Order: sequence, then structure tokens, then C-alpha cells
Amino acid sequence: MTTIKELPEEDLFTSGHTACPGCGGAMVVRVAMKVLGPDTVVYMPASCLLIFSDMYPLNAFKVPSLQVLFETSAICASGIKRALKRLGKDDVTVVAFAGDGGTADIGMQALSGAAERNEDILYICYDNEAYMNTGIQRSGTTPFGAWTTTTPLGPGEEGRGKNEFKKDVPRILMAHDVPYVATASLGFPADFLRKLEKAKSKKGFRYLHVLAPCPVGWRADSDKTVDLAKMAVETGLFTLLEFEDGVLRISREPRFTPVRDYLKIQGRFKHLTDGQVASIEAWIKTKWERDRAMAKALGPKPVAPAVPVAK
Amino acid sequence: MIEAKARGAGGRRMVTGDFAAAWGAKVSRPQVIAAYPITPQTMIIEHLSEFLASGELDAEMMRVESEHSALSAVIAAEATGVRTYTATSSQGLALMHEPLFIAPPMHLPIVMSIVNRTVAAPLGIWVEHNDTMPQRDTGWMQAYVEDAQEALDMVLQGYRIAEHPEIELPIMIGMDAFLVSHTIESVDLPDQEAADRFLPPFKPLHAYLDPDRPLVLGAASPPEYIQEIRWETDARMRRASEVLEDVDKEFGKAFGRSYGGAFETYRLEDADVGLVTLGTVTSTARDVVDRLRAAGEKVGLLKLRFFRPFPERALREATSHLKALGVYDRAVSYGVGGPTYIEVRNALYESADIPVVGFLAGLGGRDVKPEDVEVMFKKTGEAAGKGRGASGVHWIGTRGVSP
Repeated sequence: MTTIKELPEEDLFTSGHTACPGCGGAMVVRVAMKVLGPDTVVYMPASCLLIFSDMYPLNAFKVPSLQVLFETSAICASGIKRALKRLGKDDVTVVAFAGDGGTADIGMQALSGAAERNEDILYICYDNEAYMNTGIQRSGTTPFGAWTTTTPLGPGEEGRGKNEFKKDVPRILMAHDVPYVATASLGFPADFLRKLEKAKSKKGFRYLHVLAPCPVGWRADSDKTVDLAKMAVETGLFTLLEFEDGVLRISREPRFTPVRDYLKIQGRFKHLTDGQVASIEAWIKTKWERDRAMAKALGPKPVAPAVPVAK
Repeated sequence: MIEAKARGAGGRRMVTGDFAAAWGAKVSRPQVIAAYPITPQTMIIEHLSEFLASGELDAEMMRVESEHSALSAVIAAEATGVRTYTATSSQGLALMHEPLFIAPPMHLPIVMSIVNRTVAAPLGIWVEHNDTMPQRDTGWMQAYVEDAQEALDMVLQGYRIAEHPEIELPIMIGMDAFLVSHTIESVDLPDQEAADRFLPPFKPLHAYLDPDRPLVLGAASPPEYIQEIRWETDARMRRASEVLEDVDKEFGKAFGRSYGGAFETYRLEDADVGLVTLGTVTSTARDVVDRLRAAGEKVGLLKLRFFRPFPERALREATSHLKALGVYDRAVSYGVGGPTYIEVRNALYESADIPVVGFLAGLGGRDVKPEDVEVMFKKTGEAAGKGRGASGVHWIGTRGVSP
């Protein structure tokens, strides 16, 4: 397994891109490209990533990249891979880097279709919990209570941030029984690296959901990106897990640090009432009961004695 | 269930238009096919799946989750440097509207068969051109065919035109729902060797994804660059007018049949009154022309085969001697008339001071009868000699509406 120190010095996603200071998405892509290597073709939807890496005539990728449409990440990556297979270049890795809006909302249909067909692609969702490129609008993965420009604050019931809880995209992908589904956080780089390598090495449909804080959209200091990614895991808000060939493992047992500490350093949560914070705490509890139950049900099984297969 | 005899060797056989299109796709050797089923296109992808299952076709077949994905998949595959094929109809094409715009500026010569069908509401599965006509400004070339043979031949021709180094534009080939797609006709199915002689293997010129030669396809662009891309796409569309004529001639040499390029005329050379048709109504109109000619009326026909590129200059030349020109449409631009009528009138504006009369008929799949076509000739004839002022639009065969 590659350690952080052993990562190649050369970047395939180079400096000079125009991402904001502290951009979690850019960090995800930079690290991922170091692991995936030069024999890679990248697909990006319309997203922050496209704008800060591929605004003509600038290009931050040293590998080929394609952009077609917002909702077509999974299908276009699949189309590239099928064509490469026909051309005898089946060893080339095809990766899609998409944000949470392009994944959890508008891209879900194509994502589910590609997963069901077990297309041989790696899909990496960098989850910054809102439509950041268009100016911080709420998405399916925006957490409960968060302020966004489409869940603005006001005196009424509608004015307390997002009223719904975060959509659990990895669980949806697990329901497709694909070879590999994992979550990762920029706060736990060793775990992220291990999962990237695992995802690269496997055939078939692979999904990585990486929590990638956005200082602009989260209304947080730009030097807090990694801290926030760490705290989201340690509070229990974001579960690190790995679902490999039908076996589910929790990658890290969190310390369940107070969620208030995580919420209070982000402007998007500063309006929360005690009642809303209590709702988030209750949600964490329920989520972990469910995640543990799933891990127990789908976890590694004791090896059963071999049963002869009926002819 | 299609039995084995529906597959197998080429030669002259009785097949549906959908089978003919699938055969045309098969012998064009696409590397990646992506499709989603929609009536009445379904048989095209069923037959392609059978060709695949029987080993006659060697391709990556993507049975995807929507038409939006079908076109997006072939766009990505074509951008990786392989020949692709897809087919759809009606709502499916409407769903493809967004990805349609991607292929032309990116120089992706995709070939797509369209079974022209009514677009809801009301839901209808029968022929109408209201699915393809609204796609005219996407940068795709558009051909309309009259029968199953032409549906097949235009797939082969389509690749030659689309992949021409001066063009590199995608093409959609429209065939009328049921009247072509499901009607069994005698069709000459070219064998693989003949197809290979006409259509060489696909070699992408510049736009393809390859780790040995990294480049960006589909980059975002500021206003400094986009207008030139629009101009360049427009220039390629204009050049296609010549290329499609050449390809049709070469097809004629290779297969012994050709179609006249962007349009075919029938008894138009010495006519006073002409009628422009698209699709299957042409066959009916030919009979009507013969009947009226026998009665001494100087009428003729212009079967429009390409709507994009629109053969503006050639159409002016072919109709310059007429006293009036009628235009039949199986699609309507509400409040104005048929899209072909609008286009033809625009083309003739520069030269002829003759009336151009529009006719809307056969919408939603309603049968267009010989007597309907006779009314079109009659109305057009009445306008003859009256100049541009006599132009207008008539609804034919509409209950409660006199033409």
C-alpha cells in the first residue's frame, strides 16, 4: 500500500487551476490523480471542477478529459470505457469526478444505470454538500439545518435552513451490489489513499464518496477544510465505510465528539436552534444504529464448510 | 420473437423498415451501439441484439436507462475514437434534445436512425415529423426517407457524409412510423463485403481521448472563443450540401441505385405547379402526379430528402420555372405553418415572385390520401400567377376546417 510519503511528486492535476483557497474538491482530485496515474481518462460534468480546471485555453489535467453534460458522468465514463475496450486499451482507467448535485440529484438515473450494468468505471463523488458552482444552492446531500441560497433564513418555518436530512448516496449504490462502494474523508488521508488504490485495482463499477468541505459554501475559514472533514467523521455525521464484493465494513469507529463543535465553526449552521441541534444529534444516533445493523448483517461471515455444488 | 430466417445472408428479402435500418447499421460496423427502446423504433435495437447474439455483429452494445443516456454514451464513445450508432423516436428524441447540441461542435459524426412519431400531447405512436423538426437548429444533418430501402441505404451514406473530413457532423435519418418502420417491403440487403467497399473503417481525425496524447474535449469556453466554433460548425453544415451529392453518386456506382442527393424531382422539369413532400407521402404524391398529368395538368413533385443542410440554392434552381409551389408538412410550427413551408418560402424569397402555399396534413398519423394531395395541387394551382401575396397555409383533412 502506498503511503502519503510514497505518493509521486508529479501531479497529473497540476497547480495553476483556479479553485478557491481551501477547496476540498481540488484536493480530492489532486490526490486521486496521483494514485490513478497517467493511464487514465477523466470525465467531468459541468461543475466547479470543470470551471477551475478546464476553462479554455487553460487545462489542469495532464491526462485526457471530457465534459459532455451535467447529468451524464456515469454514462459518458461508461461510453469512454466501452470504446477503449474496442480499441484494445482496456487497461486504461476511466474515472468520473462529479460533485454531489451532479451525483445525488440530476445524475442519479445514469449513475444507477451504469451501476446496474456493472460498467467498468470508477466514479468519485466529491461531496461539498450543495450546488457550489452555481452559488451554494441546496442539493440532496445538503445536511439538515444548513443555510444555502435556496434555503435562506427568515422568521418563519421555512427560514431555518434545509428542512430535510442528507441523502445517503453510498447506501443507494450498495443496493446495486456493485463490486466496490466506499466513503472517504479528506480528514483521513491514509484511509482515502487505501480506498483509492483498492478502487483502482478492481474491475467493474466502483464508487467512492468523498466528503470535500467547501469553505465558501460552508461559510468557514479556508484553513479549516481538513479539520472539518475530520470532525464530520468524528462527530458521527459522516460514516467511513467500505462495501467490497458484498461485504460491508465500518472503516473507522468515531469518537462521537460533540456535534456543536463542528456546527459552530461554520456560518451555514450559526442560526441553528437548540431544537435543530437536538434533531441532528438524534439523527446521528439513528444513523449509527442503522449503519451498525447493516455492517452486522453484511459484514464478514465465518467461513462455512464447503458444500458440494449440485450438478 | 423473430425467427432465425430473419437474420442471415444478404440479398433481396422481404423485411420491415426497422430491419432494414438495423441491417444498414450492422454492415456499417459500429464499434459501440447504445439504445433505449421506444415504439416504433424497438425492432431496430431488437434486430441489432439478435445480430449480436448470433455473432453476425461484433460491437459493444449498451442497453442503457434512457435516450438521454443512449446519446450521451455514443457521444463519449465517438469522442474516444470509434464509430457509433443509435436509434430513437418521438419522446426519446425530445429527451435527447440536450445532448444533441454536444456532437456537432465536437466534430462527432454519429449516425442515428429516427422513426418519426407523434410527440405528446396527446400521446400517439403514429407518424408525425414534430419530433425531428424541432431539432433542426442543433447542428445535426437531417435526412428523411421514403421507404425501407432508403432507410438502409441512408445509414451507409450517412456514415460517409458524416465522417467526411470536411464535414464531421452527426446525422439523423428520419423514417415514418409504421409506414416505413413496420411495413414489410422487398429490400436489397447489401452483404458485408459490398458495404466494406463503400464504407472504409472509421479513423478519427483529431478529436479522440487517448492517454498517449492528452487533450481536453468539451472544455468550458469564454466568449472569446465560442463564436468562432459556431461559425465553423455553420461552415461545415454548408459544405455538407456538396458532399452529400458526391456520396449519393458514389453510392449509385457501388450499388446501382441513388436518390438524387438533397432532393429528387419527379416530372417537375416542365411543370407549372410543383409540390414539395417529405417522407412516405411522396409515394402517394407520385401517383397523383401521374393521374393529373394524364388529365393534362402540368404538375410535378420535389421530394425533399435533406432538411439540414437545406438545399437552398439547388431548390431555387429546380423551381425557378414554376408558377406556384406547394409545400407539404407533417409537422406544425404553431401560428406560422409547417417547418418545410417556412424554409422553402425563405429559400425562394431571393429569386422567384411566385406563391408558396403550405399544407398541413397527416398529423398524428392520419392517413394522407390521394384526394388530399389532389387538393394540395388544386390549391397551389389556384394561387398560380398571383405572386407572393397568394401564399398561405391550409389544413387538409381536418374535421370542421375547410382547406
